[in-house]
Amino acid sequence: MFLQNSTPDTSGYMIAGYAIAFIVMALYVASISLRHRNLIQDMTTLEEMDKPAVKVEAVNKPGMPPAKTVTKKNGKK
Amino acid sequence: MQAKPVTLKVLDIVSIVLLGVSAYLALVFAPTELVMGDVQRVFYFHIGTAWTALLGFILAAVFSIVYLIKKDLKWDRLQVAAIEVSLVFFFITIVLGSIWARPAWNTWWTWDPRLTTAAVTELIYIAYFMLRQGIDDPDRRARFGAVYALVGGISAPITFFAIRLFRTIHPVVIGGSNAEAEGSFAMTADMRVAFFFALFAFTVLFIDLFWNRIRLGDLQEKVEQLKLKVTM
Repeated sequence: MFLQNSTPDTSGYMIAGYAIAFIVMALYVASISLRHRNLIQDMTTLEEMDKPAVKVEAVNKPGMPPAKTVTKKNGKK
Repeated sequence: MQAKPVTLKVLDIVSIVLLGVSAYLALVFAPTELVMGDVQRVFYFHIGTAWTALLGFILAAVFSIVYLIKKDLKWDRLQVAAIEVSLVFFFITIVLGSIWARPAWNTWWTWDPRLTTAAVTELIYIAYFMLRQGIDDPDRRARFGAVYALVGGISAPITFFAIRLFRTIHPVVIGGSNAEAEGSFAMTADMRVAFFFALFAFTVLFIDLFWNRIRLGDLQEKVEQLKLKVTM
């Protein structure tokens, strides 16, 4: 390569190099974004499960069944 | 979960713009090197990613020391973030170097001291994540990770100085020369502009990705704690 007189055409290698660099960076950014989204979903689900039990003090109306206690989603009172 | 800070949002945009300008300077503004042709232009991103990656590995070693002293998991998360971003950047460095080597050295890969130390560094940090995956206890994982990253951190300066200490065909473009080198070139003023801008752009991009990765680590920690709370 270094004994030739004219500048060689190595643009194909350059394009391949920059394409790979940008693709790898884009994939990494996408990976961070995807992991972040999944963790937010996990957190929302876990927070729902962790909500404290709420007792419904409903007034018993004539002819209606007595009010029940609303429990947490994970089954704890 | 806290919303993304405005500063980080601005940094995200600034990083993309700087990367775009850096690509323009490297691909359009900088002159074509007469002996190697256009493939020499990968040099700007090759050095930009290498500089930030090696800096990140050294930073991770510093975070390891702080973790071992303070035993605060915050430093462990910083260390993981620095290593992960550096690993991605260093992978790009190696791939770009290999692509440049094909027309310049007539081979994709050779076991030259610089290439060997670079490959070893990359493998050390891939193994770091494999080690962490194998340990469940967070404190034990952080302690092992810190010691490993501290020892692994030695590979970064060895990789940097490999072309200055050993006989190698890898060119030394900045701060020295190498008689054995194949593919060396003298930088013109325009090449220097593209080169230093690439260093700056990749440093800002590294800070941006590092910050984003720290936030991911913090969120991961919160989810882990919430999981423990719910299952107890």
